[in-house]
Amino acid sequence: MSLDEFQKRDFKVVGQRVERPDGIDKVTGRAMYGADAYATGMLVGKMLRSPHAHAIIKSIDTSAAEALAGVKAVVTAADFAPLEAGDAHNVLDACIARKKALYDGHAVAAVAATSEKIAKAAVKLIEVEYEILPHVTEIEDALKLDAPIVQEGFRNKKIPADMSDNASNYYQFGHGDVDAGFERADLVIERKFRTAATHQGYIEPHACLASMGPDGKGDLWCCTQGQYYVRALCAQIMAMPESQLRVTASEIGGGFGGKTTIFIEPIALKLSQKSGRPVKIVMSREEVFKASGPTVSSVTDVKIGMTKDGRITAGDAYLRYQGGAFPNITCYLGAQSAFAAYDLEAVRTVGINVLTNRPKQAAYRAPGAPMAIYAVESVVDEMCQELGLDPLEVRLLNAAKKGTKSSYGPTFDDIGLVATLEAAKAHPHYCAPLGPNQGRGLSCGFWFNFGGNTSVSLNINFDGTVGVTEGNPDIGGSRASISMMAAEELGIPYDKVRTIVTDTNSLGHNDVTDGSRVTFAVGLATIKAARAAIREMCNRCAKLWDIDEDAVVWKDGFAKPAGPNAGDYEPMSLAEIAAKSPNTGGPIAGHFEVNADGAGVSFGVHLCDIEVDPETGFTKVLRYTVFQDAGKAVHPDYVEGQMQGGAAQGIGWALNEEYIYGADGRLQNAGFLDYRVPVASDLPKIDTVILEIPNPGHPYGVRGVGETPIVPPLAAVSNAMAQAIGTRMFELPMSPPKVLKAIKAARG
Amino acid sequence: MVRVLIWGSLQSATDGQAKVEVEAKNFKQVIDALGKDYPGLTEQLAQGVSLAIDGVIYKESWFTPVRPDSEVVLMPLMAGG
Amino acid sequence: MSKIHVTTTINNDPAEFLCEAEDTLLDVLRDTLRLSGAKEGCGSGDCGACSVTLDGRLVCACLVLAAEVEGAKIDTIEGMSDGENLHILQKKFLEHAALQCGICTPGILVASKALLKKNPDPTESEVRLWLAGNLCRCTGYDKIINAVMDAAAEMRGLE
Repeated sequence: MSLDEFQKRDFKVVGQRVERPDGIDKVTGRAMYGADAYATGMLVGKMLRSPHAHAIIKSIDTSAAEALAGVKAVVTAADFAPLEAGDAHNVLDACIARKKALYDGHAVAAVAATSEKIAKAAVKLIEVEYEILPHVTEIEDALKLDAPIVQEGFRNKKIPADMSDNASNYYQFGHGDVDAGFERADLVIERKFRTAATHQGYIEPHACLASMGPDGKGDLWCCTQGQYYVRALCAQIMAMPESQLRVTASEIGGGFGGKTTIFIEPIALKLSQKSGRPVKIVMSREEVFKASGPTVSSVTDVKIGMTKDGRITAGDAYLRYQGGAFPNITCYLGAQSAFAAYDLEAVRTVGINVLTNRPKQAAYRAPGAPMAIYAVESVVDEMCQELGLDPLEVRLLNAAKKGTKSSYGPTFDDIGLVATLEAAKAHPHYCAPLGPNQGRGLSCGFWFNFGGNTSVSLNINFDGTVGVTEGNPDIGGSRASISMMAAEELGIPYDKVRTIVTDTNSLGHNDVTDGSRVTFAVGLATIKAARAAIREMCNRCAKLWDIDEDAVVWKDGFAKPAGPNAGDYEPMSLAEIAAKSPNTGGPIAGHFEVNADGAGVSFGVHLCDIEVDPETGFTKVLRYTVFQDAGKAVHPDYVEGQMQGGAAQGIGWALNEEYIYGADGRLQNAGFLDYRVPVASDLPKIDTVILEIPNPGHPYGVRGVGETPIVPPLAAVSNAMAQAIGTRMFELPMSPPKVLKAIKAARG
Repeated sequence: MVRVLIWGSLQSATDGQAKVEVEAKNFKQVIDALGKDYPGLTEQLAQGVSLAIDGVIYKESWFTPVRPDSEVVLMPLMAGG
Repeated sequence: MSKIHVTTTINNDPAEFLCEAEDTLLDVLRDTLRLSGAKEGCGSGDCGACSVTLDGRLVCACLVLAAEVEGAKIDTIEGMSDGENLHILQKKFLEHAALQCGICTPGILVASKALLKKNPDPTESEVRLWLAGNLCRCTGYDKIINAVMDAAAEMRGLE
């Protein structure tokens, strides 16, 4: 199964703003997050972390810790059997250092004790002998031929000879003759951009409660975006069959991609196995910053050619991303998405990953795209300025549309970019007057969106209500959307449906909640599961009426004879059929399993007004509007919520957020005081305009909306900055000291 | 025969060709044929690839049909946040 | 060392607990009394997820020592609704979809209630400034501000 054709319909439930099923629990404090689980006999797990950015672990002496009263287990990497090279190997190495500590905060040992106080004391009793090595934390330093090498053996054969062995992955995409394109241009501009690493900044630190029995069975409760992936990784690391490890996802206190992998879960399982007791590990905020998975930092060169009437003749981007001490793929996602918004005859993008002594990066909302598109959208803006062209008209002139060969290869089907740009052009925000020290910026954004493996089970209860069981943690209101789609398809009210997110052993596999896939793919599977249940309900009626199964149809929540020839029978409601189901063959259910494709790419356009205080360099965001195509907004509140939340994160990235490493290779700002995410008073109202250009690959036309909104703010804010201070900045974040420096440099 | 678009940094494994032709009727046959005809691609194929078929990205679906006139683009295995 | 005995009032109910000198109020609320509605997002008073009121004053429970609350009156998210009846703020948060993941929600509700007690008719800027100590990473704050403003209006109407 692949594409499920969109069919136009009049929606009754979809598109309404209903209350969410998890709402009461969340406003009363009852909702159970990762750290909210307690088990009888539970121990507290704590990690010992390397204070060094790069060091050989010569020895670990745990004897004093083990001897402390109340300590029940101590774990080091030696407790885990080495894995073959690959993802799980790297994940385990990132969870606990084996031969080398690869970054400040890298775990080297862990203890489980009867209290937090004892666990903390025990950690201090572990003696580690380190041989400190030279370290490197910045991209350009890591690429120098004499740089300290973080890990050997990851160099791709395409890596240029003038780069050190820290360069690992190499990807190139594009089409057409770029050099000829630049020849045709009236103006060619080439610029270098830098973006700092940022953190997803979920307010809930990673937490888990693991329980392993001597019979080899295990239970794991954790906050994650994907319990099935947690199970697959942990089972591999623990050398146990997946069937024997049940993973339950707690309510999740924010993820944004950062909870698509594991950091503490195998450690808790191993401590539980060794101690024979349940073990809970909760990361501190400092640990989250130092030892979870921030996003990449980047250095990107972009060169664009344009005719004097605004047509782009060629685009070239050269991306170097660092994602910590391990190879990763974010650089190719960046290289593929850099020019995705444009219809180009000639385009070339290269993405290179660089190893540094920093934690292993994890996904962050449209991973790789924001920094690449920031660079491209900044250059396009500068060219418009230089040529005296309207930046929105130039985007319209060059916009990717149906039939455009995308910069990453495939030809686009129906996409919403032109309509989104037109909406921005027509909006009063675009031509509102600006005052002194103010500027307005515009940027396009893009994300691929994915589908993936999905299982849904839908049960018709005897009382005529419906239970939907799905396996994707709800990070933005998806249980409401899934219930709405089930109600829509079945033709029953929303409040008759309850959707739950279940554990790994109660439903077939589900891919991680990522790639903006849930409302699309789980929604699609729910609609198909509902159709399966409808088919069965029609069959039951056919039996009751003693007519052909094909002679019964479903309409608006009722089974009816297909037409006058089928016979004259009173339509039966879902509730009536459900009540009779014990008599007609037993419980009725529908289920659907699919590897869903056809997610449909997503485009957004953001407008941003800022005002800069020329004395302090402080930037105030005055007005912000997000335009995005949602295909079909199932629950408009939560679509708007994604648009607003993504914009806020992008604004933080543009203005303040950054990982700052000292010369000693240690993270200088591992807390919310010094790593400054936007607070309520930093932001204006964020307006939203939802467009609905149906995705041909979903029965209701749904497109994922979660990731695209973090992409445009970086350039939108930066382009506004160029106007507000009269000079362009090429580095994020544009924190007050940097803005002040740029203003002073421009004044000469 | 199906024409498959190969991304830039893989073209050294296809004698510099951006487009190669393989005998295939579905996703899996495309991948198998690429590996057989261009052994230099096997490392990347083993790491995982996606195929965009007529504009839609397929991650692993082996039996997705491919027609002779389909636009088929080899892509790295895609992931999101 | 022996533990410290503390007698206090939590959500209008008498409560007693034993704590270590270094235990925070948040440790005791969550791990001893199992009132886990207050969340630990940072442990340093930067995120506001553990907001509670102590004798009517808004505090971060992670910055208060448990031993300090002897004789005090503490209110947490668990005491906000009256039986089955949600507080107006809670209702408005649901109505305005002012939460996504919900981890910051208890703290923001407690902080908002404290604001409206002090200032029943705040401007939007005043709400934004008051809530600047409560981080939300999902919503961009927009719907939260709308919910608080709407709740304030409705609460004024009831008086």
